Amino acid sequence: MLTIAGREFRSRLFGGTGKFASAEVMRDALVASGTEMVTVALRRVDLADPADDIMRVLDRERYLLLPNTSGARDAREAIRLAHLARAAGGTPWLKLEVTPDPRTLLPDPVETLKATEELVKDGFIVLPYMNADPILALRLQDAGAAAVMPLGSPIGTNQGIVTAFQVRIIIEQARVPVVVDAGLGAPSHAAQAMEMGADAVLVNTAIAVSGDPVRMARAFAMAVAAGRDAYEAGLGEARENAAASSPETGLDFLR
Amino acid sequence: MSHSMKIVCNGVERVCAPQTKLVDLLCDLGLEPDTVVVECDGVILRREAYDTHLLTDGSVLELIRFVGGG
Repeated sequence: MLTIAGREFRSRLFGGTGKFASAEVMRDALVASGTEMVTVALRRVDLADPADDIMRVLDRERYLLLPNTSGARDAREAIRLAHLARAAGGTPWLKLEVTPDPRTLLPDPVETLKATEELVKDGFIVLPYMNADPILALRLQDAGAAAVMPLGSPIGTNQGIVTAFQVRIIIEQARVPVVVDAGLGAPSHAAQAMEMGADAVLVNTAIAVSGDPVRMARAFAMAVAAGRDAYEAGLGEARENAAASSPETGLDFLR
Repeated sequence: MSHSMKIVCNGVERVCAPQTKLVDLLCDLGLEPDTVVVECDGVILRREAYDTHLLTDGSVLELIRFVGGG
């Protein structure tokens, strides 16, 4: 069982709530994914549509809410959003995101570390979104991050784990759970992350924009479970040369 | 003498009556108070304070809520 900050999760798939065609599709996809933790963002209320409230379809009994600080460009903005999130959700859980560059949405490591230090001191349970930098993962862990969330590839790109080399090192070294976040575009990407030993993955875009989000959510759930099983079972080592699966003896009669 | 005051709510200037309570403004806007978090002049208000908090001339309000995100 996965444990983060003392809380247990049966599902190793975390879900995002962005980009769904409707609140109802999102609700059904989250149910199909089996997830127990979902991310949400914070924005100004749309005063032209005051009844538009995502929380009316999110069952707080079923899901732990993980508010993010998306949109923050530096530590100061992220900390302000964090406090709003805690007030809005009544929860100290936080996915810390500091992305100054709208083109790449890559996280700012310096500001992320700074915000992590401050928010941990302030009682938040901080899960920082980070570039797949093994040294930074250790620094965030030392700063009190409850988990680290290295990216597979940039947010919304569906490119899979282009950072595999670094993610492997992060997993090897981490004392906190490693959640591969961002860029996982197919169930096979999620399975790959889990086979590598990631503790969980977070998927939003790939499910939300699929032709059938409910079915895709189920596919991701199966892939995550399969990848985890494979990791726990222990994968055979990759090798350069062929190694026969059938016996090499007992062929005398052919010769 | 002025019978109204100006506030800024989510970046838009609004006119409201003196002694308007925050909860009244939220209701006027069609918002269920439990579904928003309010920052007034940079300070986050506790939900319990909505019913009694009086808006003042020049108050800058941010009404924030959860939306879909990854």
